[in-house]
Amino acid sequence: MTMDNALERRPNPDDLNDRGLSETQDERVSYLRAGHTLRSWLLTTDHKRIAILYLISVTLFFFIGGAAAALVRADLLTPQADLLTNEGYNRAFTLHGVIMVWFFLIPSIPNTFGNFLIPLMIGARDLAFPRLNLLSWYIYMLGGLFTVFVLIAGGVDTGWTFYTPLSSMFSNGHVVMVAVAVFVVGFSSILTGLNFIVTVHKLRAPGMSWGRLRLFVWAHYATSLILVLATPVLSVTLALVAAERLFGLGIFDPKLGGDPLLFQHLFWFYSHPAVYIMVLPALGVVSELVAASARKPVFGYRFIAGSSIAIAIIGFLVWGHHMFVAGQSMYASAVFSFLSLAVAVPSGIKVYNWTATLYKGHIELDPPFFFAASFIGLFVVGGLTGLVLAMLAVDVHLHDTYFVVAHFHYIMVGGTVSAYFGALHFWWPKMSGRIYPRIWGRLAAIFIFLGFNLTFFPQFILGYLGMPRRYHVYDPSFQVLHVLSSAGASILGVAYLMPFTYLFWSMRYGAPAGPNPWDVRGLEWTVPSPPPKHNFEEIPVVTGPPYDYPLEREGDQGEAGDAAEGNAAEGNAGSRA
Amino acid sequence: MSLVRTLSLVWAALLGLLLLTLGASFALTGPASLAASLAIAVAKAALIYWFFMHLREEGGLVRLAALGVAAWLVIFTLLTSADYAMRP
Ligand code: HEM
Ligand SMILES: [Cu+2]
Repeated sequence: MTMDNALERRPNPDDLNDRGLSETQDERVSYLRAGHTLRSWLLTTDHKRIAILYLISVTLFFFIGGAAAALVRADLLTPQADLLTNEGYNRAFTLHGVIMVWFFLIPSIPNTFGNFLIPLMIGARDLAFPRLNLLSWYIYMLGGLFTVFVLIAGGVDTGWTFYTPLSSMFSNGHVVMVAVAVFVVGFSSILTGLNFIVTVHKLRAPGMSWGRLRLFVWAHYATSLILVLATPVLSVTLALVAAERLFGLGIFDPKLGGDPLLFQHLFWFYSHPAVYIMVLPALGVVSELVAASARKPVFGYRFIAGSSIAIAIIGFLVWGHHMFVAGQSMYASAVFSFLSLAVAVPSGIKVYNWTATLYKGHIELDPPFFFAASFIGLFVVGGLTGLVLAMLAVDVHLHDTYFVVAHFHYIMVGGTVSAYFGALHFWWPKMSGRIYPRIWGRLAAIFIFLGFNLTFFPQFILGYLGMPRRYHVYDPSFQVLHVLSSAGASILGVAYLMPFTYLFWSMRYGAPAGPNPWDVRGLEWTVPSPPPKHNFEEIPVVTGPPYDYPLEREGDQGEAGDAAEGNAAEGNAGSRA
Repeated sequence: MSLVRTLSLVWAALLGLLLLTLGASFALTGPASLAASLAIAVAKAALIYWFFMHLREEGGLVRLAALGVAAWLVIFTLLTSADYAMRP
């Protein structure tokens, strides 16, 4: 590892008590120091700074959404309605869903890590449209402001799905205002998607052919296709709800010649693909973390890349699995059930290829590996229970129960949020220039994994036993499982806060990272940490495949040198903890 | 053909199609009327994409993208009709 190098990069390499308080040479010319005023941040067009703006704001919304979840879980500790009123409970889970889906999960990985890394990974100096990139952040913040306003003004009670006729005819909350918030933030998604697509097409460095793109970039390309195609449908749908609510246009109301199920078709035609917007970037992150942990060429590169595109396409064909018991025709349900089984195939391909990549790899138990491993396990459970739900007959029993809640939380929280933290731990040294104590990273990953399972596994059982979702008054026989779940949630909450302490700590006291602290391959690890303002002194020329780790044959495993170096670096970080 | 001439011709064609829509709405009823107006709408949209939105000047990739979007709309209508057409 390059730890020793990193120490030499300090202004005074002999002073071992200097724990990096002073700036390294690289830091002085990095994007972080290119302008110190607030203005230089708020008007920046540097993709790396915009990524940091997003990192801060997305994390903020994660904690607002988390606070709503805490209310929900606290209320569910007892079978009676003691903490929240019925109305209050509905508003709490609605805000939780709206904020987590549109203000955290969808922008989380693409707008922070995608923004930061795509140009670095393809050998470009910025995204194709830097100002559009900044605009997308402002639009995001505008949508966020609307949401916070609704939060203060009293909230909405429709659930994040805005089903008609509740949303169009009966709900008293600020439905239109929330629809506006989601409508606005949609433009931010579209602009980001557009920007990524053009960037990947036009700004690849010489020699960076499509077959040499990193899997992270492939995943973001696929995500961007969905962002651009699906998001406008949501905007139109919400506009129609608002039109019916405000002007009485007959679109979903049968009395006026509308059809309530049309809403669900439109909504899920967006929202099923949108769940892949939430998870595809995470799949891309995990492909990187797995390759980096194994320090081996990725097994089945083409299949992992292709499966991202396949997911983007097949993901558009399955939305009807949300409507099996909503009065959809039996024929359509059968078709959608079959297609939903098909969408699991590309996800399965990825999991098998990751496993094969890890097989006989030089795995070091670094925090990013812990997060990647949690992701794989939890994503498998989430995906397989998706298949269970896609079975027509079984879904009649499980629809709208906690089983569904557990299913999607395994993917969206166990999967995407783990990948978000995995990405944060993997690229933090690149973004901040400093190394954090690994032992704390490992502990956080372990607590997140345990807290998560304690929170959500009981919900599978609850749902199977018949506990409906979105109820806060329930049969006392369910209480034990609910208490377990709430206890898990409090562990999870604390575990999510842990990284913020040691990551902040590392910004001041962490050792300088050097360009490649994990000793892995990839263009972003060839530039200094933190990268200079324009990324590359000279645009690199790419001559080889991605992940070009040395190939080994059976028998010549375990280069002693490699391992010893790794351990030395580790001891170093550990003693600092 | 000069640009003005081309564009005027396309415009005239669009007006012709508009008249056709109008006529069809009187002449036909029920599903036939719906089919006719949708078919005419597709023709109009195609003219607009091809000429007014410059698809005819674009390279293969952009045309492919436009076709992709069309295919994607077909997916939505096709699978939604699998519900509406087959409801008991
Ligand atoms: C392996 C592929 C998947 C299949 C076959 C699948 C299947 C299903 C089915 C059938 C339902 C409806 C259950 C019901 O309401 O009765 C459902 C709900 C849901 N799934 Fe999945 N799923 C898959 C992957 C995912 C992924 C990757 C995500 C998120 C990233 C996800 C998020 C959701 C959400 C949010 C809901 C519930 C929406 C709601 O009613 O509020 N699913 N899934
Ligand atoms: Cu779905």
